[in-house]
Amino acid sequence: MYALFVTPFIEFEFMRRALVGTIALALAGAPVGVFLVLRRMSLTGDAMAHAILPGAALGYLASGLTLGPMTLGGIGAGLVVAIGSGLVSRATILREDASLAAFYLISLALGVTLVSLRGSNIDLMHVLFGSVLALDDATLILLASFASLTLLVIALFYRLLVMETVDPDFLASLTRLGSVTQLVFLAVVVLNLVAGFHALGTLLAVGMITLPAAAARLWAKELSGMIGIAALQGIVASYAGLLLSYHGGLPSGPLIILTAAFFYLLAVIFGPAGGLLRRLRPRRHLEA
Amino acid sequence: MLALAGAMPKAAQAASPRVITTFSILADLARNAGGPDIDVAALVGPNGDVHVYEPSPADSRALAAARLIILNGLGLEGWMARLISTAAAHAPVVVAARGVTPRTTETGGVDPHAWQSVGNAKIYVANIRDGLIAMDPAARESYETASRAYLATLDRLDADIRSAIAKIPPDRRLVVTTHDAFGYFGAAYGLSFVAPQGISTDAEPNPRDIARIIRQIRALEVPAIFLENAIDPRMADRIAAESGTRIGGKLFTDALSPPGGPAATYLDLMRHNLRELTAALAP
Repeated sequence: MYALFVTPFIEFEFMRRALVGTIALALAGAPVGVFLVLRRMSLTGDAMAHAILPGAALGYLASGLTLGPMTLGGIGAGLVVAIGSGLVSRATILREDASLAAFYLISLALGVTLVSLRGSNIDLMHVLFGSVLALDDATLILLASFASLTLLVIALFYRLLVMETVDPDFLASLTRLGSVTQLVFLAVVVLNLVAGFHALGTLLAVGMITLPAAAARLWAKELSGMIGIAALQGIVASYAGLLLSYHGGLPSGPLIILTAAFFYLLAVIFGPAGGLLRRLRPRRHLEA
Repeated sequence: MLALAGAMPKAAQAASPRVITTFSILADLARNAGGPDIDVAALVGPNGDVHVYEPSPADSRALAAARLIILNGLGLEGWMARLISTAAAHAPVVVAARGVTPRTTETGGVDPHAWQSVGNAKIYVANIRDGLIAMDPAARESYETASRAYLATLDRLDADIRSAIAKIPPDRRLVVTTHDAFGYFGAAYGLSFVAPQGISTDAEPNPRDIARIIRQIRALEVPAIFLENAIDPRMADRIAAESGTRIGGKLFTDALSPPGGPAATYLDLMRHNLRELTAALAP
């Protein structure tokens, strides 16, 4: 048992690093994901994750597979798309989903083209799927600081975020901080996507944010419970995914996301707060 | 055509080259064996991959106009036989590796990278010289003079490699590399080249394979690994840190670098590789 479940992490530092990095992602991703799900912005998150690619690719073009430029490029591009798609949907008759889909496709095509301008296939794979097994000191510190910053900002804006999510009109009648809150939240989303990008790549980064949160929504009815369950699922998915990929000889990033997806399916079927079984067999009414 | 032009000496750009070689290293050997007066071009230029080359129509024209065709042999240029027949090339063909004792690879095929041993390169030069003389008997003397001088240079290179490797302690003469081109070098000079278990550029790296490589390097106490171009450099750093080994630089195997690069000629290539290897293996 010990050899199966613990030894890989004792024997190999790259496994410990991968675990620490993904746990940081899971902890910060949980509240971000829960708010995304509650605000019906899961697809926005997905589109923004893709938007990071061309920005990171520009950083890559400028200076190769380096942490700083790719991070800055990713954050820049993520913010541009977050604000840009909102502007397009406000300025034209296109709904937000259409403009998001457009931005998402443009970003992916542009990003792959930019990386291919300079790079080899290895680099492209790294950008698309991340390199959770090759987290160096600098990347780990970046993941940890982004996670800490995220938790701090969410804690500061918690009440505003809740009000803005539940009843934006009411918040608007009280204060003008509503749009500020929305922008801050989008910035936090971008921050987490960029962090996820370094470990899991542009295609899977959003998985660590959305999947545990969507599952948690089906287990818990109130917010703090949801966030706690999402974080727990993210952490367990990180550990179990790494372990499965170690023993199975399979790529780690996809296995972590697949484990999170497994928890999501469990929640869809068994979740007490709106899962399938719960809906098929409603509790009997009280009889007089 | 660009590849051709790039490999052509300036004088040759007016007339079509008389001597066509399949790749850059052979072109350099031919240039040295033939002296300054011969026009040599390579179908696969510097940094090109001769294993998977796709011949172009311009290559057919160049072959049809050639007076001598030089190829490596040992199965390196699988695409060449068909190209020669479709181009209706009538020039005599020199197989530079004729007379080399072939090595088999781990997978059972013939290892074509014979030029990685200087002793074999001397066989190449002799074969090329004989081919040149057959092509142009009137210039026999100039070919023989040029070849003699170059063979002497190769002898010095060979001696330098041997003395440099002799300075490496025997228990450190071990390298893990993804390059499969060093069989002849290792056999000639007493270095062991081990392929890493499980690394492949075809698939995403997975932790089981990385763990296997780290265990392999730890068990063999490999002093240096050369994984260039096979994996993410940060992954290579990680593997080195966890197995207590050193990361070597770029090794050139079957193509020269462009002019001005670290391996623009065969001599430069061999000396560059020797420097990288001795630096990585030094205690």
